[in-house]
Amino acid sequence: MLTFTIRRLILAVPTLLFISLVIFLLLEMAPGDPMAQVPLTVPPEVKEKMREALGLGQPMHVRFWKWIVQFFWIEPQVLIDHMFGTTFSEGDLRVISWQTRSPVMDIVVQRIPQTLWVVGTAYVVAILIALPIGIYSAYRQYSWFDQMGTFVSMVGFSVPPFFSGVLVIVIFSVQLGWFPSIYDTTHVVDSWDSFVVQLKQMIMPVMVLALQITAQLSRFMRASMLDNLNQDYVRTARAKGLSEYTVVMVHVLRNSMIPVVTVIALGIPSIFGGAIITEQVFKVNGIGQLLIGAIEANDLPMVQTLTFIFAVLIVLFNLIADVLYGILDPRIRYD
Amino acid sequence: MTDKERFVPDEGLAPASTALPSAGPMEELTSPPRSQWRDVWDQFKTHKGAMIGAMLFILIVASVYLGPFFWDIDPTKIDIRARNQGPSWEHPFGTDQLGRDMLARMMAGGATSVSVGITAMLLALFLGSFIGVLAGFFKKLDGPLMRLTDLFLALPLLPLLLVMMLLFREPLAATFGLERGIFILIVAAIGITSWMPTARIVRGDVLAIKEREFVMAARSIGTNNSKIISRHILPNVLSPIMVSATLGIATAIITESALSFLGLGFPPDFPTWGRLLFDGVDYLQQYPERVFWPGLAISLTVLSVNYLGDGLRDALDPRIRGR
Repeated sequence: MLTFTIRRLILAVPTLLFISLVIFLLLEMAPGDPMAQVPLTVPPEVKEKMREALGLGQPMHVRFWKWIVQFFWIEPQVLIDHMFGTTFSEGDLRVISWQTRSPVMDIVVQRIPQTLWVVGTAYVVAILIALPIGIYSAYRQYSWFDQMGTFVSMVGFSVPPFFSGVLVIVIFSVQLGWFPSIYDTTHVVDSWDSFVVQLKQMIMPVMVLALQITAQLSRFMRASMLDNLNQDYVRTARAKGLSEYTVVMVHVLRNSMIPVVTVIALGIPSIFGGAIITEQVFKVNGIGQLLIGAIEANDLPMVQTLTFIFAVLIVLFNLIADVLYGILDPRIRYD
Repeated sequence: MTDKERFVPDEGLAPASTALPSAGPMEELTSPPRSQWRDVWDQFKTHKGAMIGAMLFILIVASVYLGPFFWDIDPTKIDIRARNQGPSWEHPFGTDQLGRDMLARMMAGGATSVSVGITAMLLALFLGSFIGVLAGFFKKLDGPLMRLTDLFLALPLLPLLLVMMLLFREPLAATFGLERGIFILIVAAIGITSWMPTARIVRGDVLAIKEREFVMAARSIGTNNSKIISRHILPNVLSPIMVSATLGIATAIITESALSFLGLGFPPDFPTWGRLLFDGVDYLQQYPERVFWPGLAISLTVLSVNYLGDGLRDALDPRIRGR
C-alpha cells in the first residue's frame, strides 16, 4: 500500500507539470495587454520597462520555469515563514497579481475561508441527507419513497445551480423575506444573534449546493446498497437470526460504504468548480468569484494560479480516493 | 468500471425467451424473427419516465425550431413603448426592458441552446468514440491514449472553459463573424472538454468485443482493420455511444447556459436560455417571471434528456431486455 501511494505520488508530478504547461500555454495566447490601462502620455520605453518589471518580454520557457519555481519553491517557503516566523523567502519574487500588484497567494488565502465555509458545510449537509435517503430507498426498492427519491435526484441533476439559486432568492428573500439574498463576508460572529444572522445567510447557498451533491450521492448510495443486499452473506446474517437493523446497518452498510467513500473523496474538487456559479449567484466572496473577477480583469497570474490550484485539488483527491479504496477494501491490491 | 465487464453486446440475435421454443403452440416457431431494434423499442416503451421524457424533448425541440414559423415576431425588434409588459394575448410571456417579445426570444434562445447542445454532443461523441475505438483496438495506442484521457480528466474544466472563452472570443469573432465565431468557440470548447467518459466506455467495450469469435472470423477471411472496425466493432458499441449521446446533450446545454450566465457566452443581443436568465437576474425583484421561464426551459430540457438516457440505457441493455 505504501509503495503504491508513493508510486502514485511520483506519477502525479508529471501530470501536474503537464497541466501547468497546458494552462501556461493557453494563457500565453491571451490577447490582453496588462499595459492597456497605462495612460498614453507614458513614453514607450518606460512602458517597455514596466512590462519587464511584470516579468513579460522574456522567452516563453524562461517564464514558465520562473513560474514553476515561484509556485513550487518560493510559495511553500512563504508558507513556512508564515507558520514558524523564519525568513527563508526574504527578497524572493512571488507571483504578483496584475490587478492589485500584491502576491496572488495572499489574496487566495484571504478568500479560501469563505469558500470553505459555504462549500464545506454544503458537502457535510449533503452527505448527512444523502446517505439515509440512499439506504432507505435501496432497502425499500420501488416503494413510493424510492420513486420519490429517484425523481428528486433527477431534478437535482437537471436543475442547474444558476436557476435553483435564483429561484430560492425569488422565493425566500424577495417574496418571503426570510433570508438575505447576498452573502455578507464581513459579518463577524461574536454573539448568539450574529450567529443566527450568519446561519440565515448561509442557508440558501448551502441548500443549493447540497441539492446537487445529494442527488448524485443518494443515487450512488442506493446502487451500492442494492449490489450488497442480494449477496449471500446477507442471507447468512439473517439466517443466524440477527436483527434486521444489525443486518442492514452493520453488515450491508459497511460494505456499501466502500465505493461511496471514494466517490465522496472524488467529488470534493468538482464541488469547488460548481461553487464558482453558486458563489456568483449569492455574491459569496470566495475563490470562484476571485477567478471570474480575474478573468474579466485579464489578470493572468491570478487566473493561472487559481486554475492550477483547482487542478492540484483534482489530482490530490483522485489519489486520496484510490488510496482510500485500497485501505477500505482488502480485496483490492494495487501491486 | 464493472459495467464494462458485465456488458455483453447484442449481435442482433433475438433474446433466448423468444428464440427458444417453449411449451407454447407451434405457431410461435413460424413467426418471423424479431429485429433487435424492435426489442429495444418494446423495452423502451415500458419505461414510463423515458417515454414522457422523449415526448417532452421532441416537443421542446419542435417548438424552438418550428415555433418561429407560427409566432413570427422578430426576437430582436425593439418596441420601447411596450417595455416591461406582463403577459397578454399580444405577448404571452410579456416583454423585456426594451420591449422585445419574450416568447420570440425564448424560442430563438432555445434554438441556439439546443443547437449548441446537439452539435457539442456530436463533436464530443465523435472524439470520444474515435479515441475509444483506437485505444481499444490497437494495443500500442492504448497506453498513451488512456494516459491522455486521464490527463484531460484531471483538468479543471469549468475554469478552463472560462479561460478559453476569454482568450479565443476576439480572434474567432473576427474571422467568422460575431455570432458564428462564438458558436464555433462554445461548441469546440465543450466538445474538447467532455469526450473523456465516452472514450473510456467505448474502449472497454471494444476491448471485450475484439476478442470475440465473429471478429476472428472476419479477420480469418482477410478483412482489413478499417473494415473490421466499421462493419463489426462499431455497430456493437452503438448502444453505449447512444446512451452517452443523450447524456452529452444534457451536459452541453447546462455548460453553455452556465457560460452565458457568467457573462462569457453569447453576446448580449443574441438570446440563449442562459443569457436570458442572466439578463433577467437584474430585474429579479420586479419581474421574477423573466428568470423563471428560461430557467424552467433549461431544467425541463435537461430533465427530459436525462430520463430519455435512463430509459435508453435500460432498453439497450440485453440483460434487462426481454424480462
